Amino acid sequence: MSRVSFVRKVKYEKELQRDVAAEVIATPGGEKILSCLQCGTCGGACPLSVYMDHTPRRLIGMLREGFKQEVVESFAIWLCASCYECTVLCPAGIKVTDVMYALKRIAIHEGIYPRRFPIPVLAKEFMEMLKGTGRNNEFWLVLRVLLKTAPMKLLTSWPLGLRLWRRGRMCLIGSRIPKPAGADLRRMLEVLEHGNASDVKPSNVTPSQGPDLLPGGAVSRVNA
Amino acid sequence: MNGNGNKSVKIGVYVCHCGTNIAGKVDVKALAESAAGLPGVVVSREYKYMCSDPGQDLIVKDTKQFGLNRIVVASCSPHLHELTFRKTTANAGENPYLFHLVNIREHVSWVSDDPAAATEKAKALVKAAVARVFWHQELQPRRVPVNPSVLIVGGGIAGIHAALTLASAGKPVYLVERKPSIGGHMAQFDKTFPTLDCAACILTPKMTSVKQQPNIHLMTLAEVSEVSGFVGNFKVKVKRYPRYIDEAKCVGCGECIEMCVYKEGKYPNDFDLGLGKRKPIYMPFPQAVPPVPLIDPATCIEFKSHKCPKGCVEVCGDRDAIDFSQTVKEVELEVGTIIMATGFKTFEPRRLPQYGYGKFPNVYTSLEVERLVNASGPTLGQVVLRDGRRPEAIGILHCIGSRDENTNRYCSRVCCMYSLKLAHLLKEKTGAHVYNFYIDMRTPGKGFEEFYKRVLEDGVSFIRGKVAGVTTWAQSPAEEGKLILRVEDTLLGVVRRIPVDMVVLSVAMEAQADAENVRRLFNLGCSAEGWFLERHPKLAPVDTFTDGIFLAGCCQGPKDIPDTVAQAGAAAAQSMSLIDKGYVEMEPNTAWIEEELCSGCHVCVAMCPYTAIHFDADKKVAVLNEALCKGCGTCVAACPSGAAQQNLFRDEQLFAEVEGVLV
Amino acid sequence: MASTRAYTYFPGCCMHGFARHCQDSLYAVFEDLGLELRVLPEWNCCGATTYMSVDEHQAFALAARNLALAEQIGLEILAPCTACFMILKKAQDYLARYPEIRAKVDRALSAIGLRYQGTARIYHPLEILLRDVGLKGLKARVKQPLRGLNVAPYYGCLIARPYALSNGVTLEAFDQFIPALGANLVDFELKAHCCGGSLTGTIEDVGRRLVYILLRQAKRAKADVMVTVCPLCQLNLEAHQGKIQRQYGEDVTIPIPYFTQLIGMALGLSDKSLALEKLLVPIRWQPVEKGAAAAQPATAA
Repeated sequence: MSRVSFVRKVKYEKELQRDVAAEVIATPGGEKILSCLQCGTCGGACPLSVYMDHTPRRLIGMLREGFKQEVVESFAIWLCASCYECTVLCPAGIKVTDVMYALKRIAIHEGIYPRRFPIPVLAKEFMEMLKGTGRNNEFWLVLRVLLKTAPMKLLTSWPLGLRLWRRGRMCLIGSRIPKPAGADLRRMLEVLEHGNASDVKPSNVTPSQGPDLLPGGAVSRVNA
Repeated sequence: MNGNGNKSVKIGVYVCHCGTNIAGKVDVKALAESAAGLPGVVVSREYKYMCSDPGQDLIVKDTKQFGLNRIVVASCSPHLHELTFRKTTANAGENPYLFHLVNIREHVSWVSDDPAAATEKAKALVKAAVARVFWHQELQPRRVPVNPSVLIVGGGIAGIHAALTLASAGKPVYLVERKPSIGGHMAQFDKTFPTLDCAACILTPKMTSVKQQPNIHLMTLAEVSEVSGFVGNFKVKVKRYPRYIDEAKCVGCGECIEMCVYKEGKYPNDFDLGLGKRKPIYMPFPQAVPPVPLIDPATCIEFKSHKCPKGCVEVCGDRDAIDFSQTVKEVELEVGTIIMATGFKTFEPRRLPQYGYGKFPNVYTSLEVERLVNASGPTLGQVVLRDGRRPEAIGILHCIGSRDENTNRYCSRVCCMYSLKLAHLLKEKTGAHVYNFYIDMRTPGKGFEEFYKRVLEDGVSFIRGKVAGVTTWAQSPAEEGKLILRVEDTLLGVVRRIPVDMVVLSVAMEAQADAENVRRLFNLGCSAEGWFLERHPKLAPVDTFTDGIFLAGCCQGPKDIPDTVAQAGAAAAQSMSLIDKGYVEMEPNTAWIEEELCSGCHVCVAMCPYTAIHFDADKKVAVLNEALCKGCGTCVAACPSGAAQQNLFRDEQLFAEVEGVLV
Repeated sequence: MASTRAYTYFPGCCMHGFARHCQDSLYAVFEDLGLELRVLPEWNCCGATTYMSVDEHQAFALAARNLALAEQIGLEILAPCTACFMILKKAQDYLARYPEIRAKVDRALSAIGLRYQGTARIYHPLEILLRDVGLKGLKARVKQPLRGLNVAPYYGCLIARPYALSNGVTLEAFDQFIPALGANLVDFELKAHCCGGSLTGTIEDVGRRLVYILLRQAKRAKADVMVTVCPLCQLNLEAHQGKIQRQYGEDVTIPIPYFTQLIGMALGLSDKSLALEKLLVPIRWQPVEKGAAAAQPATAA
């Protein structure tokens, strides 16, 4: 070894933001994180934990202690495939999958994710497509996500698309909800946006640095 | 005694602060002041601790000074201090029943967030008590003799220890055990933690003593079917199931077992949890007490087809102990006290399918492994897997069915220690590498932490993390044919896959499957998990809410052998304290019947659960036998003409109390 | 079958796209068994597993709108996509459990003249087949027993967790449709192990590794085909076999029929009506005479 570098790893109380736990606790399914025993069943059960920077157990432990930065910036929350294995097994009854969703929402709202990272972009595009047609068309969805995140990938992805298209499994003109019903749907979603904007206490989390994801910037927030 | 108007009523009211327990919520000053204005109240005070000596002296002094003849104390639950203040009242020279207690702690301050509302409620309750106590009368407690016989239900180590303690003090004991032998779970264990003494070596001498002790009447294959009566005078019915071998005639030579048409054991042996086989005629285990075999009619050919050559009968010969004609018998016992020692059952790990119990043959429960390491067990102490292999790696999984919202929320208290013990024994016997997977290590007993150290020094792996599941799908040749444990090593911060040959599930202790029925039978309280409820978790840990019934061992909650034995001793002592006193004082809350008001309708006669009421055919009225009355109040509520009345719950008293609360 | 039972059919978005063959075979099998599927008019996307990452109340409202529409019709809902199945059930559960979500969703629905009551009953078509046709009924209708075909059942996550099992239905009970078709049931331990879901499209390496684990294990268990009940699992498992083979240097080729395709084959329905040609990895099953064993495993995709 040619050189040893020393990294100070101490964490000071003043760096912590305990309100992030309160935010997750207020989310349906997140209320039990305070009874976590740190047994690691979630991390042991998770098919993706071997890829995670922090296992779900560590995320919950850090949440409790207010390590907001580490939690929200964690790559692990994007790896969760919502298979619900942890949720079913958790001896403390924590709905871990819902906790992961809550963390994704916080990260998306605050714009904390790697640039050109496909999962938040996928979520946003998915949402916009739904507001337009009421239904999702995977061809256009994938195309839009790839264009925004990794246009070069179109080159490697086309063979699969072609194979599906040949077999009649690719629909270029998506199925859509009838027009009046589509208007209804948008109206319904709007009610929730405005409803949330008016009757939900603003959270004391630092303001969003990322792009506004919903028209008008009214992202639904969990009650702080 | 029934009149009230002879003497003018002078009431003293005493409000207790109970430190801040009451005064923190209830405005005690205002409460005392409001009570001072109530009719009949001569003096009203508040004081920091009424139950303290100076507090009680206040009452005595006031009674002398103001000529009080009724006392009301507003403090805590009557469970705690009703008796205290009755004695105070007696010390002050008044009849103890001229006193009434108001509970403004458990019923008011502890259950309210609103000081104003709490104070209002306390005022109403005190007003009711003042109105009620006006009608109180002088009463004398009843004395009932205590039968010196004791019934002990359950013949595990708790029941055995309590039985021997009582019997050696000369008390007659009926020990009722459901299984064919006493010994319970302890008889199934191999070694005991933390000293590693052999369970059988320390238990079997006690089992034999039970057999030899003339004061103990042992009934195995028996269950209590009915309980009636009350402290000092219980009547109990016991069902005795047939053994098909006469215990009085059998000498336990075991030749009948040899001569059975089955040359080898064929049916799973309960005692070995199915790991060993037995014949239709068998001894549950070599040191069984009574040392008498039994016949299982479900598997015996004679019972099934009546075509058996009956080698057993032939070899028994003139002793003639085998009796296929035995049937269920019911016997009736009279006892003064009862000790419940019904034990526990182990958690059924099939409820957690992720651990593969029942699917993978080499996943065992901890109790099965006790039999496997035991020299008299099905493998004669050789630890071999179901396929005959010797394990090279063993995983012991803690908290299976404990500390889990999906099964039981409580900690079973003993699993950490028995897992350490099994880790030690398995390592010693097989040389395998042993892993312990734990959430928290709990070793708080005498010598326990030292034992943990010892097992650490044995080189056993301790991984802090709950195994998420047991699988067999291999990712590498090293995992081929193994049971694979996936776990997050929470201390090292890595996810691990650990291949082992044998998995031991450290299963929880649970209340017996029929605890609910037994609870009803004996009129006991029960926690949500099914454990029998002690009268007070700290100060009355072996008493129950039914006088004369005591708890010992795991029926009250998970505990280890030392605690079980200690509790069994305590239960025996409590029982003895009643027996040696010779009598119990009963509340003078008996009913009586006003002859002039009785219309002779018979309703009460039929309804009395204690047959304390009979019908006088000459006078055409119901007559109540005060000695048999338990004060349940059924007749009082049922009587259509108001002829049935009850001490401490007279109509005037109740109406006054209701009016006091409402008006 | 003489009497026709009808269900409200909630197709879900993928049934119009990459899972068209799943829908084709579903219709074919249900029609053959005398069960009628009536598409829920004006249905919208259930929100999938994605919408929840952005807005939970809107996600629950999306599901609730479908449930409210279905409640007006009153028939049992049948959702062949396990994500739709789970999300509709989860919405129902949370709307019952959390009054604050319920209040918000109720308000949004009332703005468009809908009322959610929570009375809808949601099923996966496999549950319905096992309940309303039954194993005996299915067996009786098999014209072309899949004798000798080794079938590994694969359910994925969302039908196994967290809701289906709470109804007392076990995956082991589900498995039994395979022997009912005359095929051999392969004991497949990973039947509810995650296939990676949308990760195959977003974090490909990780997603493919999860698919690889499943394919490899199915091959090792000597399965000829792996049958799925989820359209996304179906796509994941078949679409990446070539890349996985190149990456791991291991033959993982195995046909991944949707369960109604397999059932349809045993019922003797035509390949065309079951859209077998739409599979990326062709399933080549030749009916064998009784007594003759050994299926003909499919070759490369």
